[in-house]
Amino acid sequence: MKIQIILKGIFKENPIFVLMLGMCPTLATTSSAINGFSMGLATTFVLVLSNLTVSLIAKQIPDKVRIPSYVVIIATFVTVIDLLMAGYLPDIHATLGIFIPLIVVNCIVLARAESFAAKNGASNSIVDGLGSGLGFTLALSLLGFARELLGEYAIFGTKLIETDGMVLFILAPGAFIALAYLTVLFNMIKKRLIK
Amino acid sequence: MAKVSSFKNMLLTLLATTFISSALLAGVHQLTKKAIEKVEVEKINAGIKKVLPEFANNPSDNISKKFVDGDTVAIYKATDSEGKLIGLAVQTFTNKGYGGRISLLVGFLADGTINNIDVIAHSETPGLGDKIDPRKHPFSIQFQGKNPDTFKLQVRKDGGDVDAISATTVSSRAFCDAVARAYKIFVEEMVKYNPNFASKIQAANDAVSGATKIN
Repeated sequence: MKIQIILKGIFKENPIFVLMLGMCPTLATTSSAINGFSMGLATTFVLVLSNLTVSLIAKQIPDKVRIPSYVVIIATFVTVIDLLMAGYLPDIHATLGIFIPLIVVNCIVLARAESFAAKNGASNSIVDGLGSGLGFTLALSLLGFARELLGEYAIFGTKLIETDGMVLFILAPGAFIALAYLTVLFNMIKKRLIK
Repeated sequence: MAKVSSFKNMLLTLLATTFISSALLAGVHQLTKKAIEKVEVEKINAGIKKVLPEFANNPSDNISKKFVDGDTVAIYKATDSEGKLIGLAVQTFTNKGYGGRISLLVGFLADGTINNIDVIAHSETPGLGDKIDPRKHPFSIQFQGKNPDTFKLQVRKDGGDVDAISATTVSSRAFCDAVARAYKIFVEEMVKYNPNFASKIQAANDAVSGATKIN
């Protein structure tokens, strides 16, 4: 059951390749594999904690003010991780910069709170947050890996060929192109697996 | 499902949520404050170490702030163990980059020679303008050991002495503009330590406005 929820977040309802949620950080932070990976982990942290909190207090929150309450909860956890990273992981914090505070408006976090955590128990909600977060991390890492490989001819910051890569892939249009091809690939594999 | 909304319970819920959130944030802020301050100081000191020769003091304790061209910049003083001035690290910027602002830290020796330049932040095009970064291209290395009194801080196309990065004239010009501004700030600050620099203020000022006239 729990494994199924995690797998659902990674494959069947992958936030990026299937739900197409949270495109802004996806396109902006994936200029290298490490950046994509750390952005994914930061979002996973927020997802798990916000899902847990929302599932615990959802029954106490009046219907009409639930969205503002969720946003406050999410913003709190995002600020917590922003401060922690600024203090203890300054290098990663410097590269991700503005995109950490922007996790607040990443729709995947609010979507999981509203569509899953508000209706399910605490343990399932944690697992759901973890699953969606891992799916998000996987997608961002793959995208970052592909863009770094093509744009800089490098893997995890190590140059394979000492020459300028296809710079397009580091720039914004390359993010869209790479994302499109990865989505195609992902859905092809998904179809095969289901058959 | 969720409770029925009434004015009272909506108000109470939001008050409680925001109150708990602020309490949590205040706690985390207290917890991380020291670490964040330490990181900031280390970042500044590491930057200064890159642009100046070895120094004995703690330059982030010797900051003077200056308001230049619409922004406040910091000047860090580096001295040796006897308190003798080694040089100044000058924060500088330009808004003429292809992607907007470029922030640099320029290290000047006491005689006005540029020791080294570090790029702190920029939004230049990857693969083209980002070559102003010494980690990507030797462009900014050519400034090392040059004295702006004799080395004209403009690209060759504009009649200066700087070799621009090919196909990246805008970023190269912007870089020169930022360095010229750094020299102006440096000269004005150096008058405090060495009155001979007073005669150079006019020329340094003209160099900045000269770089500005183009475009």
